[in-house]
Amino acid sequence: MLQITNLHARVDDKSILRGINLSVKAGEVHAIMGPNGSGKSTLAGVLAGRDAYEVTDGSVTYKGQDLLELDPEERAREGLFLAFQYPVEIPGVNNAYFLKAALNAVRTHRGQPELDAMEFMALVKDKAKLLDMDSGLLSRPVNEGFSGGEKKRNEIFQMAVLEPTLCVLDETDSGLDIDALRIVAEGVNALRSPDRAVIVVTHYQRLLNYIVPDFVHVLSEGRIIKSGGKELALELEDKGYGWIEADGAAVARG
Amino acid sequence: MAVAEAHDLYRARFDALAARREATDPIWLAPIRARAMQRFVALGFPTTRHEEWRFTNIAPIAATAFAEPSITAVDRSTIAPFDVRGMSCTRLVFVNGHFSEALSSAGALGAGVRATNLATVLAVDPGLVDPYITRCASDEDQALVALNTAFAHDGAVIHVPARTVVPDPIHVIYLSTTSGAPTVSHPRTTIVVGDQSQVKIIESYGGPDGEVYFTNAVTEVVGGAGSHVEHVRVQRESLSAYHVANTQVRLDRAAVYAQHSFVFGGALARNDIGAWLGAEGIHCTLNGLYLASGTRLVDTHTAIDHAKPHCESHEVYKGMLDGASRGVFNGKIFVRLDAQKTDAKQTNKVLLLSDDATINTKPQLEIFADDVKCTHGATVGQLDETQLFYLRARGIGEAQARAMLVHAFASEVIDHVSLEPLRDSLESTLLTLLPKAALIG
Repeated sequence: MLQITNLHARVDDKSILRGINLSVKAGEVHAIMGPNGSGKSTLAGVLAGRDAYEVTDGSVTYKGQDLLELDPEERAREGLFLAFQYPVEIPGVNNAYFLKAALNAVRTHRGQPELDAMEFMALVKDKAKLLDMDSGLLSRPVNEGFSGGEKKRNEIFQMAVLEPTLCVLDETDSGLDIDALRIVAEGVNALRSPDRAVIVVTHYQRLLNYIVPDFVHVLSEGRIIKSGGKELALELEDKGYGWIEADGAAVARG
Repeated sequence: MAVAEAHDLYRARFDALAARREATDPIWLAPIRARAMQRFVALGFPTTRHEEWRFTNIAPIAATAFAEPSITAVDRSTIAPFDVRGMSCTRLVFVNGHFSEALSSAGALGAGVRATNLATVLAVDPGLVDPYITRCASDEDQALVALNTAFAHDGAVIHVPARTVVPDPIHVIYLSTTSGAPTVSHPRTTIVVGDQSQVKIIESYGGPDGEVYFTNAVTEVVGGAGSHVEHVRVQRESLSAYHVANTQVRLDRAAVYAQHSFVFGGALARNDIGAWLGAEGIHCTLNGLYLASGTRLVDTHTAIDHAKPHCESHEVYKGMLDGASRGVFNGKIFVRLDAQKTDAKQTNKVLLLSDDATINTKPQLEIFADDVKCTHGATVGQLDETQLFYLRARGIGEAQARAMLVHAFASEVIDHVSLEPLRDSLESTLLTLLPKAALIG
C-alpha cells in the first residue's frame, strides 16, 4: 500500500529525514518510535502533505500513485488520514459542519453520493458512541476549548467517520490519561481490517500495549536504524534509545 | 464644489428652512439648531489634517451638492431587503429621513413604552426628547453631529419607562432612495431606557445599490441604572453611498449595554461610537464587523470612557478587506483617575483578502487609574495556514477551506447577536458578500 524509498526531507535548511525506507502492506500496523528530534513527526507531516517540509530526494508511492505529487486534500480523499499531534482549533467552524464537508468531499471522490444532514447525523452519532464522545462536542467549533484528551479523541472520531485506508497517528498518546488512551486505542483497533494499514508514531511504548503493532521501527537522526517485531518496543521501553543509537552509529560508521 | 461653497449651501438651506422650523419646532430647539449651524460653519467639514480623520478623506462628501430628498414614500418591496424576515417586532420605517406610517407596524411594546418619530414628538410632545437631545452627542467639536442637529427633521424616538421589559425588539429602518440626483438625510435617533428596563433595538440603514446619497446619522442612547440594552446596527447602504454615523451612549449604574455593529455597505462609511460609563458596575460591550471590497473605505472610531470604578468593557472588532479597499480602526479606551478596578478588553482583528487592501489600525489606551486591568490586541493578516492545512488534510479542497475560514472569521461576530431571525438575516447578507460563498452552505 505504501512504499517509502530513500526519503530525504528538510525544514528550512535543516535536513530532518535522511534516507527513510519503509514498506507498509494492507492489514499491517507499523509503529515508528524514536527519541525527540529523530524525525517522526516530520515523516508524518511529509506523508500528509504539510508544505513546511521540502522533500529533497526519494519517493513515496501510495496505492500505486506518486503520493508526493498530490495535494493534501487529494491524499485525504485517496484514504490517507493523519491524526494530528496538535489538533488545530478553528473558531467559528462547527465540528459537525466541518466533518460533513470532509466526508462528502471524500465520498464524492469515491463516487459515492453525498450524505444529507439526517444520514450524516445518524452516522456520526454511531461513531461518537464508539469513542465515548460527548455528542455536544459536535455542535462546538472544531477543537475550540477542547481538553487535550477531547482533541485526540476528536481526531480518532474523524478517522472513524472518514474510514481511511492508511491511518497515520502522530503521537496520539501524548497528553492522554490512561482511560482516554484506552478509548482512543479501542477506536483505532475497531478500524483495523485486512485492507487498512496503520502507522503509529510514538515516543513511548505504552500505546502499543493497546494497539499491538506487527512491526516496530526505530527512527534516529532521520533514518530507520532498527526494525523488528512488537518485542522491540518492549526492549526499548526497558533499555531506552541509547543502546540502539550507539549500535546504529556503529553500523553507519562501519 | 469647493468646500467653502458647501458650507454656504448648508447655511443658505438652513436659513431658508427657518420659517418652516418656527412652525414645527418647539421654542427651546431654535437656539440649539442655530448654535449647531454656527458650529458646523466654524468647524467646517473635517479634513485629513484633523487627527481623527487622518486616514479618511471626506472631500467627496463636501464636494457634492446633495439636494434635499423629494421622495418620501416608497412601496413595501423597496424596504424588504432591509427588513428581518420572521421577526416579530415593532417596525419604524423612515424614507429619506421622513417617517412612513404606512410602512411602519406595531409589535408588543409594553405599558408606557413609546416607539415613535421625532417630527411627531416635536409637534405634540416635545418634553419627551427635550432632556436628551444633544446631551449625549455633542455639537461642540463634531462638525457632522452639528450638521445633523441643525437639520435633523425626523428619526426614531424610543422611550422605555422604568422597570419595563419590552417584549418585541424594535426595528428602525432608515431607507434612502433617490430619483437620480444625490440627496442627503440626517436621521436622528433618540433612545432612552429607564432604570431596570430591558429592550432590544435594531437600527438598519440601507438603500438600493448604485444610488448616490449621503446619510448623516446621529444616535443618542441613555441607559438607566440596571437597564439591559441590546443595540444592533446594520449598515447596508448602497455601495455608492456615503454613510457617516455618530452613536453616543451614556450609561448609569450597573447598566448592561451591548452593541453589535455591522458595516456591509457604503462607498465611504464612517462610524463614531462613544460610550460614557458614568457610574459603577456597568458592563459595556462594543462588537463590530466590517466588510469592504473594491475601492470602498470603512472607518470605525470607538471611544469607551471609564469614569467610575468597577466597570467592564469588552470590545471585539473584526474587519475583512478585499480588492483595493481600505479600513481604518481607532479604538480609544479612557480610564479616568477615579475608575479603579476597571476591566477593559479590546480586540481588533483584520483579515486582508488581497494584496491591495490596506488597514490603519490603532488601539489608544489612556489610563490614569492605577488598579485596573486593560488589555488590547490587534492582528492583521491572512488566513491561518495551520487551520487551512488541517481542513485540507481532511479532504476539503483549498478553495472551500478558504471560504469556510473566511466565513468563520466573520460569523463569529454575528453569533453574539441574541435574536435568531436577525442572525439568520445577517448570515444571508454575509453569504452574498463573501468571496466564493457558494462553496459553503
